[in-house]
Amino acid sequence: MLLNQFLLLAAALFCIGVYGVLTRRNGVLVLMSVELILNAVNINLVAFGAFHDNVLGDVFAVFVIAVAAAEVGVGLAMVLLMYRNRKSIDFTEVDMMKG
Amino acid sequence: MLSLLAVEAYDVSFTNDANWFLENVWIIPLLPALSFVGILFFGKRMPYKGAELGIAAVGLAFILAVLTNVAWMSHRDNYDGEAQRAVAVHHDDHADDHAEDDHSDENAAVLNVDGVDEAVVLTAAEEGGEESHPAVAVLKGREWLVNGGVSFLIGTIADGPSVLMLFVVTAISLLVHIYSTDYVANDRRYTHYFAFLSLFSASMLFFVISRSTIQLITAWELVGVCSFALIGHWWEEKPNSDAALKAFLTNRVGDIGLLVGMIILFFSAGGTFDITTINEMAVNGEISDTALMWAAIALTAAVMSKSGQFILHTWLPDAMAGPTPVSALIHAATMVVAGVFMIARLYPVFYEGYDIAGSSINGLALIGAVTVVFGGLLAFVQDDIKKVLAYSTVSQLGYMVLALGVGAWTAALFHLFTHAFFKAGLFLGSGSVAHSVHSFDMKKDMGGMRKFMPTTFKTFIICSIALAGVFPTAGFWSKDEILVGTGGLGVGAEKANGNYNLMLIMGLVGAALTGAYMTRAIYLTFFGEFRGHGEPHESGKRITVPLIILSVFAAFAGFLNLPPGFLAGSASEPTGWQERFGHFFEPAAAYFPPIGHAVPSWGLAIVASIVGLLGPAVAYWYYFIKVDNLAKETGQSLTELPDGLTTRNSLANAGHQLLVNKYYLDHLYNDVIVASVKGPIAKAAYWFNQHVIDEVVDTAGRTSVKAGNFVYNNIDQKVVDGAVNASGYISNQSGQELRRMQTGKVQQYAALLFAGATILAGVLIVLI
Repeated sequence: MLLNQFLLLAAALFCIGVYGVLTRRNGVLVLMSVELILNAVNINLVAFGAFHDNVLGDVFAVFVIAVAAAEVGVGLAMVLLMYRNRKSIDFTEVDMMKG
Repeated sequence: MLSLLAVEAYDVSFTNDANWFLENVWIIPLLPALSFVGILFFGKRMPYKGAELGIAAVGLAFILAVLTNVAWMSHRDNYDGEAQRAVAVHHDDHADDHAEDDHSDENAAVLNVDGVDEAVVLTAAEEGGEESHPAVAVLKGREWLVNGGVSFLIGTIADGPSVLMLFVVTAISLLVHIYSTDYVANDRRYTHYFAFLSLFSASMLFFVISRSTIQLITAWELVGVCSFALIGHWWEEKPNSDAALKAFLTNRVGDIGLLVGMIILFFSAGGTFDITTINEMAVNGEISDTALMWAAIALTAAVMSKSGQFILHTWLPDAMAGPTPVSALIHAATMVVAGVFMIARLYPVFYEGYDIAGSSINGLALIGAVTVVFGGLLAFVQDDIKKVLAYSTVSQLGYMVLALGVGAWTAALFHLFTHAFFKAGLFLGSGSVAHSVHSFDMKKDMGGMRKFMPTTFKTFIICSIALAGVFPTAGFWSKDEILVGTGGLGVGAEKANGNYNLMLIMGLVGAALTGAYMTRAIYLTFFGEFRGHGEPHESGKRITVPLIILSVFAAFAGFLNLPPGFLAGSASEPTGWQERFGHFFEPAAAYFPPIGHAVPSWGLAIVASIVGLLGPAVAYWYYFIKVDNLAKETGQSLTELPDGLTTRNSLANAGHQLLVNKYYLDHLYNDVIVASVKGPIAKAAYWFNQHVIDEVVDTAGRTSVKAGNFVYNNIDQKVVDGAVNASGYISNQSGQELRRMQTGKVQQYAALLFAGATILAGVLIVLI
């Protein structure tokens, strides 16, 4: 088994995720892209864990999944509230925190 | 006391077989101290309002004191034979102690303490070989704390004077406690009264067993505080609280002397508080005569105030404002004898400092002699029976100080011992009379009391005879010993310490005065017609029984120290009961000076008896014959002849006025010293304060203001504020620039985040 295959896959996934986060205007799609980034990291963790024959990688991946679930819950709730207030989930329109 | 409780026995007794009682004398003051706390917290809830706790504690202390005395006597006698062996054994013990105490050996102070004990033991060994008495004091102690290499020793000393005083204080205190349950019954501060009686006894007991000068000072002050509280017991009336304040403040004057004296001793003895060490160094001449002289003078000032010596005695008659049992306690056992005991305890300091041996006059003896006569004279013009007794105490304390001043140490303590009983008896007797007629004024409210109060009358007479020193009552023996001890006019053979002619004459005059003023007091109180109101009656058992006990002691206590040569034996070799008191209670130790013991003189005893009876005879002739006859003729109750000497002779009148005004000493203190301090001196001090001290302060203030203004204008405003303003401006400007980055668009932030992460990742790769 070659480690670099997994790493390349994870890197590709990560880049797709970053692209999605930076370019998508739809809030739900941005959250989905964040999931891609997180799963890219998970792949890295599991791959390194298997490579080093260390279960800690798997454990961390499970933690990341759990945290990601919570993050999605909070994120979707925010998107929902945003829709209720503005009838839109376009992230580019939300700039009230402008300095 | 509390720290003593936790003591691991750091035993430094001189003998290997010291009795338990002698090693644990600290229990005796602890008992009344505990009862003080107990009464204070729980007294009001007890069935007898706390009195039973005080009586139980003092009673137990009394039993312990008696046992301690018995133990001391056998210890003292046993030791004579076993001196050599005991010292040898003790040396071994001591070596062991030393090994165990290795950890503290680095401590110079501990070594010092050890060294001290060793020195005393060695002296004992030397003396044991000779025929003279060895050191037999039982010392116990431990370091309380060490500061700067100075060891603060705390401990007990059980030797002749301390065990004697334990007995006297507990005995008198117990009787006073019992008497008080009747005398102050239904008093509004009954519980408080008993609490302070306990503390008073505890302080005095603590005083007499003190081993270090620190303890001595502490107990001395405690005694003063207790006397303040008890003299001012009925403080609602202004004269009483004034009297308490006067007692306290007059004592403060002397306390300065005490502190100065103790400080001189501390430094001249090489930094030790141990009384035995100081004494021993004084005996051996290791302290310079000048230092000892100044220490003795300073301590004499303390004695003058505490023991009511002329001219600081003025508080003592005023202290009669307290309840009568308290007066008895103060005058017989606790407060005033503290000064005498302090001299007795630090006797080498006085003996060497005043150069008592071989002199014919010295400060201590002179003060005592003057006090004997001047105090006695004052007693003649008092109408208050307690004040007669108060001046009598002043006079008798003069005898004790005189005796110590002429080197008659044993006589002084013996007189303290006998005086405690008859003076306590007289005070309690006067209280019994006053309790019945509700007044202390002999001329207005008494007279003819012998019919109403036979028991009080009899005990009062016995105690008065003892006070006047009539053969064979206690006062005769002790007073005679003092007179012999002066060695004046060739009495006492060559064994007396000096040649104190003046002291002998003053002592004889005092003896005549004593009998005379007591005759006057007895006539005014117990004879003639009753001049008061109501129907007086004999007091209850709790008052009369202590009176009877005290009068028995007053009659027979003198036999404890019969002079050698009386009944049997020769003048140089006492046998049987002769000189028992001196044998047991005079320290024969390295820390006691080699005082001479005057040989008793039959001639002086007879002369003193005649002189002592002459005074009462004249007073008897005046009061019992002339005044009494006139009273019968006129059918009135008279207290003085209407055309007495004072009305006919202007010189006598002037003398009378001088006495009535108490030598104008109170005027001197109040009108001259206090008034000048309040008036001109205070004004001068105010002027000095306003014009000199304030000027300095004002100048300093003005300079500070100017300096402050300069600093404000130049440094604070320009430098400090400038720096602060500049940093604020910079922050503001940079903030204005950076806020443009804050677009509020999440994705732009994310882009920045990833850009930053990418740059950091690049840096990481390049660097690693």
